[in-house]
Amino acid sequence: MTTLNPAAGPAPATVPAGPPPKRRIPGWARGAGAAAAAVVVLVVTSALTGQHELTSSGTAQAALRLLLPILLAGLGGLWAERAGVINLGLEGMMILGTWGGAFAGLHWGPWAAVLGGVLFGVLGGLLHALATVTFGVNHIVSGVAITLLAAGLTKYLSTLIFQPTSHNPRQSAPLTGFDTYSVQPLGNWLGTVEDHHTPVLSDLAGLLRGVLTGFTPLVLLGLVLVPVSYWVLWRTRFGLRLRSCGENPYAAESLGVNVYRYKYAAMAVSGGLAGMGGVALVLNPGQLGYLEGQTGGRGYIGLAAMIFGNWRPGGLLAGSALFGYVDGLQLRAGGQAVHDLLYGASLLAIVVAIAWALRRRWLPSVLAAAAGIAAYAVYFFTDTVPREFATYAPQLVTLVVLAVAAQRLRPPDADGLEYRRGSE
Amino acid sequence: MNGVLTGWLRGRLLAPVLAVSFSALLCGAALLVSGDAPWTALKVMVSQVGQGTTAVDILNSAAVYYLSGLAVALGFQMKLFNIGVEGQFRLAACVAAIAGGAWVLPPVLHTVVIILVAVLVGAGWAGIAALLKAYRGVSEVISTIMLNAISTGVIAYLIRPDTFGVLEGNNISTRPIERGGQFPGISLGDKGTVFGMVFVAAALGFGYWFMLGRTRFGFELKASGESPTAAAAGGVNARRMTVLALLLSGAVAGMVGLPELLGRDFAYTLNSPQGYGFTGIAIALLGRNNPVGIAAGSLLWAFLDKAALALDNIGVPREIAVIMQGVTVISVVIAYEIVRRYELSAQRRKVASEASISLGPADAPPSSGPPGPSSSSGPSSGPAGLAGNPSEAR
Repeated sequence: MTTLNPAAGPAPATVPAGPPPKRRIPGWARGAGAAAAAVVVLVVTSALTGQHELTSSGTAQAALRLLLPILLAGLGGLWAERAGVINLGLEGMMILGTWGGAFAGLHWGPWAAVLGGVLFGVLGGLLHALATVTFGVNHIVSGVAITLLAAGLTKYLSTLIFQPTSHNPRQSAPLTGFDTYSVQPLGNWLGTVEDHHTPVLSDLAGLLRGVLTGFTPLVLLGLVLVPVSYWVLWRTRFGLRLRSCGENPYAAESLGVNVYRYKYAAMAVSGGLAGMGGVALVLNPGQLGYLEGQTGGRGYIGLAAMIFGNWRPGGLLAGSALFGYVDGLQLRAGGQAVHDLLYGASLLAIVVAIAWALRRRWLPSVLAAAAGIAAYAVYFFTDTVPREFATYAPQLVTLVVLAVAAQRLRPPDADGLEYRRGSE
Repeated sequence: MNGVLTGWLRGRLLAPVLAVSFSALLCGAALLVSGDAPWTALKVMVSQVGQGTTAVDILNSAAVYYLSGLAVALGFQMKLFNIGVEGQFRLAACVAAIAGGAWVLPPVLHTVVIILVAVLVGAGWAGIAALLKAYRGVSEVISTIMLNAISTGVIAYLIRPDTFGVLEGNNISTRPIERGGQFPGISLGDKGTVFGMVFVAAALGFGYWFMLGRTRFGFELKASGESPTAAAAGGVNARRMTVLALLLSGAVAGMVGLPELLGRDFAYTLNSPQGYGFTGIAIALLGRNNPVGIAAGSLLWAFLDKAALALDNIGVPREIAVIMQGVTVISVVIAYEIVRRYELSAQRRKVASEASISLGPADAPPSSGPPGPSSSSGPSSGPAGLAGNPSEAR
């Protein structure tokens, strides 16, 4: 919620110190502020509830790994929608990426896996471009169809090609993954600080240590792609033209932009990023290899993270961090920790309520206060969040955020509309 | 007369025939590449229909797909994408199973109550997305996807042994529905039993046709889908129509799980089938929102599902059927788009030539005379073209 109701004004924040390492992005101060606020809420909650898992290095590490596929899928959605193509086929392109990545990875190692997954994703993206851009098929229809097709195709191909070595049509033989890296002397030192359980200090050390140890090159690549996407889309001529195709293709056309070509390019990138998201699942250190259904709707979550982030790279990073964090937390510590997170949510809501009140916006302030009290009531009257709900907390949060903020979000103007050259 | 008839047939049949043959061709090629004979595969699949209970299985599962396709099509009529049929049907089936197992009522009443519970739960779950869409402007695509995921959690919670579930062996299940609550089917001996819900599904298809084609409400629904501005000018409350369309879609979605629940399983378990909601999207697309078309689409889908089981006997991966399903959907939507554009330009040429005759060749309008597909129609290629004729062309 902080990302959408940030403190106004470009207050120059100091060094960003959050679980998602922020880079220089527009409104970067805003993003850093939001990240800092999230960290503060976590640290305070951890101190007040005694739930150390909230800020343990294990949780942060799990969050980073779970964030990656969602982030990459979301970036794929960003590229597509900025060019005016709604990409509901992200899930399908991710599925293609898992198969392509596993196939190439089995033969030629992890970097080939990345390449193979990207290639398969690009194919899916180009198919979506063919259907929506060239043939003018409705974008959502084509996306759903591509997801169906991708699921079928990978099922068929894995029966045909993976089964002989793995003896199971639903999975591949285990892959060799990337080595994990750590920023070493610092990581160990942070570990000793974390183990001391000094209130605020150990929490910060835990979060930082989780981010700085045990990461793979793919995590770095994925995080670097956020500022790269921003730079290409907002700071280059190519990006400006691409975005103009998403805002007003006819105006772009009148200025001599070949809208079809830009949409195809955007869809190729989009598919490639989604495919890389699939590879991130296949090369996840916890479980290396292709497994049928391992995407589990993460393509859709990526799309939701992108909408959550208001079609901007920084917001998208925040959205996927939220999803990744809640997911990682409930995997590491179960419903108990998510229950303690409710306490943090109520704290956050009260802060938001005060912020609104200071700006004399009484209705949002009262609503936020009510939400905070409700969250606190749930926290007070229950002992734990059932595991079943804890798993789906991110989706619930997305729904709430959309309900509150949908009117403040601004998608590209011609998003999802059919464009035909020379028809206007 | 003859020309009119062939033209009509072309409009109706050309696209699906093109699409199905294209996907058959592609799958044949895939089979050839992997070293199997496509012709044998097809023969095995067709002969499988006569084997054992396959024919009845196809009919039964087609009924499930039909309900799901209808639910999606109801939303499509208003250009609403109810991706959430999946969650709606699963939650509805689960709650209906819990209610059916907990209450004991006189035979017919028991069944009716179970169906009512399912319908209400389905509509209620879709209602969340409807309200978010109508009052907060949240895209129903995203909200229903989120609700799908959340429903998985709710179901897992509801059938936990310490809430409403019972532990049976290694599986968690709801309390079984007693005989009085089950929906009797028609037994065909060793050919299997046709679910009674098959007939309910058919009746719903008729109701769908009647509502859309013969009632004012249906007209308003279609009108708001075709052109929200025109409908609003005609006094249709768009917000109300959005809510109603999604509620109706959810109500039908709530029944998707019932044929199997009331005719075969009698309890909802962790292993109860999934994915019917997404299949419904594909089938609504195949059937072009037309009740007969949806029926044809669901029969084709069910045939590919069930007959493909026989492919394992001749060493062909049965997943080839899934590819065929996917390719068919993509080619159907593309084929319809191509045929629509072809007819549009043919009509334009016709109008242009008539205009040039009446005006004289000197004043003939340039080729860009009649307006193209108006941009206000938005995703005009989408599921809107119920009749398949380009009604936007003047």
